[in-house]
Amino acid sequence: MSRSVAVTGMGIFSAIGKDLEENHSSLIHGKHGLSTPEILETIHQKLPIGEIKATNTNLAKSLNLDESHAFTRAALLGTIALKEAVKNAKIKDFTNIGFVNGTSVGGMDMTERFYREYENDETNRRFIQAQHPGFTTEQIAGYFGINNYVTTISTACSSAANAIMMGARLIKSGRLDRVVVGGTDCLSRFTLNGFNSLMIYSEDFPKPFDAERKGLNLGEAAAYLVLESAELAENKEILAYVSGYGNANDAFHQTASSENGEGAYLAMQKALKTAKLNPHQIDYINAHGTATQNNDLSESRALIRTFKEMPAFSSTKSFTGHTLAAAGGIEAVFSLLAIKHQQIYPNLNFESVINETKLEPATELKSAKIDHVLSNSFGFGGNCTSLIFSKNG
Amino acid sequence: MPIMTDLHTELKASIIEQLNLEDMEVSDIENDEPLFGDGLGLDSIDALELIVLLEKDYGIKLTDPKKGREIFESINKMADFIEANRTK
Amino acid sequence: MYINGMASIAAQTEEDLFAGDLKSFQQNIFPATIVNYKEYIKPMMLRRMSKAIKMGLVAAKQALNEAGVEVPDSIIVGTGEGCKQDTEKFLENILDENESFLTPTAFIQSTHNTVGGQIALDLKCTGYNMTYTQNSVSFESALIDAKLQFAEDPDTRCILVGGVDELAKTSTPFYNLDGQLKAGEINTTQILQSESGGTITSEGAAFFLLSEIRTQDSFAEISDCMIYREISEEKLQEEISWFLKKNDLKPEDLDAVILGNNGDKRFDHYYHQLQDTIFKNTLQLGYKNWVGDYNTVTAYACWLGAEILKRNEIPQQLKLNNLDVKQPKSILIYNQYLGKNHSLTLLRSL
Repeated sequence: MSRSVAVTGMGIFSAIGKDLEENHSSLIHGKHGLSTPEILETIHQKLPIGEIKATNTNLAKSLNLDESHAFTRAALLGTIALKEAVKNAKIKDFTNIGFVNGTSVGGMDMTERFYREYENDETNRRFIQAQHPGFTTEQIAGYFGINNYVTTISTACSSAANAIMMGARLIKSGRLDRVVVGGTDCLSRFTLNGFNSLMIYSEDFPKPFDAERKGLNLGEAAAYLVLESAELAENKEILAYVSGYGNANDAFHQTASSENGEGAYLAMQKALKTAKLNPHQIDYINAHGTATQNNDLSESRALIRTFKEMPAFSSTKSFTGHTLAAAGGIEAVFSLLAIKHQQIYPNLNFESVINETKLEPATELKSAKIDHVLSNSFGFGGNCTSLIFSKNG
Repeated sequence: MPIMTDLHTELKASIIEQLNLEDMEVSDIENDEPLFGDGLGLDSIDALELIVLLEKDYGIKLTDPKKGREIFESINKMADFIEANRTK
Repeated sequence: MYINGMASIAAQTEEDLFAGDLKSFQQNIFPATIVNYKEYIKPMMLRRMSKAIKMGLVAAKQALNEAGVEVPDSIIVGTGEGCKQDTEKFLENILDENESFLTPTAFIQSTHNTVGGQIALDLKCTGYNMTYTQNSVSFESALIDAKLQFAEDPDTRCILVGGVDELAKTSTPFYNLDGQLKAGEINTTQILQSESGGTITSEGAAFFLLSEIRTQDSFAEISDCMIYREISEEKLQEEISWFLKKNDLKPEDLDAVILGNNGDKRFDHYYHQLQDTIFKNTLQLGYKNWVGDYNTVTAYACWLGAEILKRNEIPQQLKLNNLDVKQPKSILIYNQYLGKNHSLTLLRSL
């Protein structure tokens, strides 16, 4: 039960870059990836989104897929990010590798495009099953020939974080020695209109943890980590370790977070407990920070309850938008970059503290000694997950 | 005697339909009964549903969901607000 | 893991199953039986719930009741297709109204983790909460998670695990268009002998209250579970033997196998080859011709297996061969859908 879980590779594709290098460069130069829709077809032409400026056709070409492929946009983004992760971890053989994928939107992009066509037009019927998250996972797994333990977690915006947690547990238990974990979600009219109908979609760039925050902006992304047992990773470069994780439910409301952030608080407590760390040992927090009125206040309260003295924290959703199921994955990558480069990434667009909690996020890039990073991901259905990444095992 | 208009009845019927209050009838909702909290027991999601109802049926667009709370206090308040602001 | 309570909602009732009174259907899509949801769910909550949420919550509550547990330590749900009814409701609104006048209720109820979240909300359970959605191994993924959790955390006393999937008025009939469902005239009693592709589908929920330590309420054990995204027929036989060996069993030790034959000529050979070889002398049971095939129908199979072990009774209408067993002790469930997402689950009596 005491096997440590090493991260030996990571890959990312988001609105701030097509790979690790570009994402890191955007983070250190404060360059966000929000813009108005160009690829996504929607009437909401003025709403800022974190869109990846590549068409499905071009993404498919870059993967050498033939025209009859059944890759959803999330599968395309996911395959590209996963490719980088396994390359990074120098993995060539996929026989004994597991895959836990987090996705929530799944292939909704295809469903909403072809829903009214299926009945009378045969052309795109191969996407009928795409509505369900497992379909996207299978496309990615099939591309690499990952054939054994393959599953999908769909807990809304905490999906990828839960996938990372599950991967770590599979390794700790000895059930697997090597597993790819993370998540992918693309933009869709379904989710854009969904959050817009909840009246929590911001017409300006997101302002996480700011008193004047007006809501979230959606983004699309994919990010994966390769996790290996410490024995298997012995001769490899180890990026960091997954040292802690905690999952709890807020049990308060289907979409809103409780006033005192109970679920978030419990998830962080459990993560600290599994990592055997005290709160003061956390050097940086990559917060969930969606920039909605409700989340940021609730999360702030949970943070105050957990940390007597607040470590440096920021929400990188101000760079990428809220990438839903992928958020826990890309933010894990940002947390690992923080450890690798010993730096804290800024929370963009912040001006004034929330009156009730007065927490001030990091607003500029800072060098700092970083041994332990905590990353939060919370979702609909009260699903709250916290992860801790540590420099040393 | 409270003033009972067609708008009051219409609103009650729309609310029952829109919010799936299956076991309720128009006569179960009082004009001055609080719609939220201890009264009818509606919640923040219902408030968002009612905001769309205002826009769709009466051409009134609310941008701040917090405003809904005052307007949707009771059927009477809603009816007054609609009479004063309706565009269709 | 021990089963201390369980409940199932499906196209057939428990009474009909053991009375030999199973119904047949003339359609390739048929619904689960009607349940009085109002007995279990408050009207203000009920008004927003689609069938998956209602079935899931009621089955969960019934399983908890049977085990005498109010709030479990964890809730783990498997659902291949999640809340399809609300998904299509919101999507149709988007398409019909051209992205205008949209209300959020269907959207917030449409995520795949809605059932898990609503159970937590209803029970005020702030513990571990997870939802798996990997086609036909969604429920098995949840079982594996529960097994890990018992092994890693001695404080975990009991876990609620379940599988649930619902029909939807437009998205389910789409399966007529991509070859998932059988075309032409249907008589569900005949489909296992079918020479055509496709199957029949339905909906349901089955929930289990599991504990690591055997209690006075325990009546069966889920010993092990494995999933495979893809596996060849040859490799499958090897894997089954290895899986059983790991649990100190040989294929011939099994008292029964519950197989996922669904009448799809293109893929039933996975079952046929096992029926003709390693399980030739084992009692074989099939159930999908009675309750349809859907992503989490194996939760029903698990409920069925546990019910057989509990009652020491074999529902005769499910028999695929002529063997008989007086005191079943170990049952293997094998399943796949469209040749993918295979699973093995081992049940044992106490």
